[in-house]
Amino acid sequence: MTQIIWNGLFVGSFYALVALGYSMVYGIMKLLNFAHGDLYMLGAFIGFALLTSFSGFTATLSLVALLVVLLLSMVGTGLAGVAIERIAYRPLRSAPRLSLLITAVGASFALEYGMRIIAGPNPQVYPVRLGGSSVHVLGARIGVAQLVLIGVAIALMVTLNAMVMRSRQGRAMRAIALDPVAARLMGVDVNRVIAMAFFIGSALAGAAGVMAGSYYGSINFLMGFIIGLKAFTAAVIGGIGSFKGAMLGGVVLGLLESFGTHFLGGQWRDVFAFAFLILFLTVRPTGLLGERVTERV
Amino acid sequence: MLEIDGIDVSYGGVQALHGMSLTVADGEVVALLGNNGAGKTSTLSAVSGLVRPAGGRIVFDGHDITRASPPEIVGLGLVHVPEGRRIFSTLTVQENLQMGGYLVRDPAETRRRIDRVYGLLPRLRERREQQGGTLSGGEQQMLAIGRAIVAGPRLLMLDEPSMGLAPLVVTAVMELIAEINEGGTSVLLVEQNAKAALKIATRGYVVENGRCVLDAPAAELADDSRVVEAYLGGV
Ligand SMILES: Nc1ncnc2c1ncn2[C@@H]1O[C@H](COP(=O)(O)OP(=O)(O)OP(=O)(O)O)[C@@H](O)[C@H]1O
Ligand SMILES: [Mg+2]
Repeated sequence: MTQIIWNGLFVGSFYALVALGYSMVYGIMKLLNFAHGDLYMLGAFIGFALLTSFSGFTATLSLVALLVVLLLSMVGTGLAGVAIERIAYRPLRSAPRLSLLITAVGASFALEYGMRIIAGPNPQVYPVRLGGSSVHVLGARIGVAQLVLIGVAIALMVTLNAMVMRSRQGRAMRAIALDPVAARLMGVDVNRVIAMAFFIGSALAGAAGVMAGSYYGSINFLMGFIIGLKAFTAAVIGGIGSFKGAMLGGVVLGLLESFGTHFLGGQWRDVFAFAFLILFLTVRPTGLLGERVTERV
Repeated sequence: MLEIDGIDVSYGGVQALHGMSLTVADGEVVALLGNNGAGKTSTLSAVSGLVRPAGGRIVFDGHDITRASPPEIVGLGLVHVPEGRRIFSTLTVQENLQMGGYLVRDPAETRRRIDRVYGLLPRLRERREQQGGTLSGGEQQMLAIGRAIVAGPRLLMLDEPSMGLAPLVVTAVMELIAEINEGGTSVLLVEQNAKAALKIATRGYVVENGRCVLDAPAAELADDSRVVEAYLGGV
């Protein structure tokens, strides 16, 4: 039982990381960034490349090395996200929403099949698996590396939340989401703040990619597709556009899947996840923490 | 202080401004009057950098800002309170004011300016943790003006601040604008409510079809039969 909860929390923490970026970009631009899951894939591959070259000169991969790789992968995916926004989305910012959506699907395919050209169609074995020492808590076996990674995920989310709720740039992000014209009149450089949001959102997806690679042990160029849908589901469960909602949604989805898998079998995992998406969309489209805006005109 | 010299502005195929020219001198309150669609908002948008004029020149304090971006313009001390107030609805009153200080790099200075706004508008202080969107129309207008003050304007442009407000509240808003002006800030005031605007203005322009057709001291405009007929409801 504790093991099921633990697995759910671990998977949930990287769903939450991906969902957070998804929700952030949606909140600020009202864009469903279909390429977001593929940035997670990109993060996993950057991490793969770095780990492979690292293991050339160190025999044992320490946790510290893994964290350094995580950080570098985040920077790499962050920059990729900024590039995608600059090339694919910014020129279309005043175009109809549907054009932007189609472009996002295009960006997703470009990343997937671009990676297929670079890394080939076959799954790659991740050069690090989270084994190592483990501790026993209430009957569950928990890897120390897993504990550290979940700690990193939580730290990333807490930092982001504090940044968005309290810093000057975070406030500007929320202001742009509400009224970009008014934000410009306050002196906000909207392009710069949107680029910043893409960097942060993409970097979080990249971090989740490295975590997933080292947890599942294998990666492939299509791994971002399903996680993109899962992150969307998590964001909807939590209330799309809401930061706390995305985190909560990720963890809830991770737990639901973990229990679903345990009681119904692994083949039901995705069915379970998307059934919840449909359930939420019909019963509570604003999600668990969706904002009910009190507004007077 | 501000010189608009023959600017043209078009939206797609429609030309909204045809050689619009006006000036605001240091310390003045200049009223910009005119009917719906005359081009008042377009004039302010061109000055604050939201739209780019196709021709003409805009000079603020010796800087040519015709092609400058809104952040550059705000940075020079030229701040625009837009039509319809545009409060950030789910941000608190305090956060809205903090947004006004976005370009003020020193947090202590921002805090001082916000305190000054609260001193000027105590009702906002009482509601500092309330979402901006839940304020009444008059309070939202006060917040929009307060937010602009935090940016530290030397010239404040206001677009129809009296819109949709009860007469008593209109008076309060105009008094606030006069008070801000006494503090040394020049004002360019767009209004449909010519009577209220001319009471606090030093000078006024009448805009028609994208250009100024009349320029006179406020007292003279209030007596001008054409202005009275067209904008003061023939009183
Ligand atoms: N974004 C826009 N796109 C197309 N046309 C526009 C746009 N903004 C203004 N216009 C047109 O430009 C002209 C001038 O509009 P503007 O908003 O400047 O007038 P105004 O004097 O502020 O009017 P009001 O008193 O109704 O606010 C109008 O004919 C209007 O239809
Ligand atoms: Mg107007």
